[in-house]
Amino acid sequence: MKKIASVLLSTLMAASLVACGTDTSSGEPAAAAEPASNDAPAAEVVEESAEGSVLNIYCWNEEFKSRLEDHYPGYEKVDATTGKIGDVTVKFTITPSDDNAYQNKLDEVLPTNASAAADDKVDIFLVEADYALKYTGAEPAVALDVVGDLGLTSAELANQFQYTKDVVTANGVLRGVSWQGCPGVLIYNREAAKEVFGDDDPAVVQEKVKDWDTFTATAAELNAAGYYVTSTVNDTYRVYSNNVTSKWVEDGKINIDANVMKWVEDSKALVDAGYTTTAELWSDDWSAGFYPEGKVFAYFGPAWLINFSMHADDPDSIGAAGGWGAVEGPQGFYWGGTWVCGAQGSDNPTLVADIMRQLTTNESVMTEIVKADSDFVNNKPAMEAAAEDDEYAFAVLGGQNPLAMFVAGADKIDLSNISPYDQGCTEEFQNAMKNYFDDNANLDEALDLFYKGVEEKYPELTH
Amino acid sequence: MSDKKYKHQKSGKVVSYNKWGYIFLIPFFAVWIIFQFIPLVTTFYNSFFENYRSGLTQVGPNFIGLKNYVTILTNGDLINYSKNTMIMWIIGFIPQIVFSLLLAAWFTDPQLRLKGQRFFKTVIYLPNLIMASAFSMLFFTLFADSGPINSILVSSGLLSAPFKFMSNVTAVRCLVGFMNFIMWFGNTTILLMAGMMGIDQSLFEAAEVDGATATQVFWKITLPILRPIFIYVLITSLIGGLQMFDVPQILTNGTGDPTRTSMTLIMYLNKHLYSKNFGMGGALSVFLFIITGILSLIVFKVSYAGEVK
Repeated sequence: MKKIASVLLSTLMAASLVACGTDTSSGEPAAAAEPASNDAPAAEVVEESAEGSVLNIYCWNEEFKSRLEDHYPGYEKVDATTGKIGDVTVKFTITPSDDNAYQNKLDEVLPTNASAAADDKVDIFLVEADYALKYTGAEPAVALDVVGDLGLTSAELANQFQYTKDVVTANGVLRGVSWQGCPGVLIYNREAAKEVFGDDDPAVVQEKVKDWDTFTATAAELNAAGYYVTSTVNDTYRVYSNNVTSKWVEDGKINIDANVMKWVEDSKALVDAGYTTTAELWSDDWSAGFYPEGKVFAYFGPAWLINFSMHADDPDSIGAAGGWGAVEGPQGFYWGGTWVCGAQGSDNPTLVADIMRQLTTNESVMTEIVKADSDFVNNKPAMEAAAEDDEYAFAVLGGQNPLAMFVAGADKIDLSNISPYDQGCTEEFQNAMKNYFDDNANLDEALDLFYKGVEEKYPELTH
Repeated sequence: MSDKKYKHQKSGKVVSYNKWGYIFLIPFFAVWIIFQFIPLVTTFYNSFFENYRSGLTQVGPNFIGLKNYVTILTNGDLINYSKNTMIMWIIGFIPQIVFSLLLAAWFTDPQLRLKGQRFFKTVIYLPNLIMASAFSMLFFTLFADSGPINSILVSSGLLSAPFKFMSNVTAVRCLVGFMNFIMWFGNTTILLMAGMMGIDQSLFEAAEVDGATATQVFWKITLPILRPIFIYVLITSLIGGLQMFDVPQILTNGTGDPTRTSMTLIMYLNKHLYSKNFGMGGALSVFLFIITGILSLIVFKVSYAGEVK
């Protein structure tokens, strides 16, 4: 008997191990087959009236979730990643965007979304401008046509800033919408302006930074007083790269725009003269300038940077004392922004369309977002009105209302030169050029590093 | 039951015990085949294909023969990154083996009768319990341009301006080596101690009677007898060194900067996984497999050279 028992036990053990290995292959068809047979009648119902019972939203952070929780009428929060709208369960799948993880996740699920089980179908996914084109321009399409498929009308979308529509338009079809606009401004340290220029009035400061040559000359002036002009060279990168006249990739070849090279040239001069540093964005070295001891004159950024990222909640920071000011700076640019896309194959198109409508076209909801979250919303008339209203002044900017500047900036943004490769190219370019700025490589070596890095990420490209 | 008993008596005991041996090996082989052998074979197989993702489009798999191998060999990266890996491994391994030998010799020396051995053994092993990535993050913060190390150096007057550790080739490599040393010397010490405690005490006593000095005992008795353990430590550390990834990856934010001089082979492999480039990744892994094999063989041959007659 003992023997039999031990044979049984050991075969069980072996079987369980083998089962682990084959689980995925044997489990899936069974799981897929079952709901299919149960759902057959349900699927017909979907076409008639009701839609899917689960709304799946893919995103990389909490931002959209909190907007939905706070501002979508009838949204009930259940727990950290789920909620309810009427009978529909809303499920958030949050994947951080570091190291491409979020995009890889989307790449995995979107192409086969139409055939996924009803409750697993992605209904909404969010994208950033740097890679929006990858999803909006994909063939076959993975994002729903906002006008054609979801039924939003151009009249409803008329108040949105043109650039926010350009980002997600591919081949003339709009495939996403955004509730926010992210035009950027130059944010300057008022204390430094008073000390060096004798005045912190925006008009005076703008004169000092009106173009790149004046900017460099001002940097020398600031340096003499012990200030860095920017915290790092990467602060100005977007201002240059948003004003390019060609794309990162043209006909399968990597292309570096003249204005990006101008960034390299200007930045090298600034670094060599000791006017700025080569720290990375978001590093501690970068954010040191949010405090008076950091001795940084300017940052470049949009509304969200001013309100959320400049450590204004720390009483020692410049922001807490309202010590920053805003001017247009040398060139217009934008930074960040989140776009909402409906996924092809979604079984909740009506709800998706309504979420888009409420958050991105409903003026009262949008004004609510401005008041509650200090977002710069994607509604031109509303923002123009707010620009005149002192109620919307920014505390971090010492009571200055920068909205008029943002509205003007948003109108000027030109996005005709974005490509699906922007994120990878930008990342590799900044990394490679850091070597040049730090004198670890000459310009050609640094460019080679850049090409190598990009070609590793996108094996189909050459230079 | 009686039937069974009868059968049982007939079949010899030896045979049935053999059977148990095989049965108990099944779990191991099942796991090994699923998690080791199949991946190994598919790696070789994948390396002959062009197979990657560009955005949402899947390119391949198209059979391209040895083209991936040719690409890796001709662009010079393999040699560069192997060199980086070996340099950083040696920077970490030399102090590691010196410290470990010394500590192990002291801990096992009955004449010294060190107090609080248990405590110190725990302490030197502790760094290994910290996740490498956390350790690396810590160093990244400590040695940042405006980090605490720079503040100390500047405020104590040793430096006039902060030293950019992360922009200096030697500094970054030494930091990586240092971290590996700190993390692994405890483990090595314990392995060497196990080896040293296995040495017959009478040999030491005999040496003492013959008037050998402590140095002579160490070089002429301890080390030669310790050789098998020593080789084991060397090979495992070498293979671990070739697979170095997390420490430099986190410290340099995946870039291997300055100018990719701290990029290891596995970091390079990881770069190909951004685009799910299984072809190039596979080819690189095959090279790694060959390099690891060759290096282990060399170490093995050299170390056992004296014994093979």
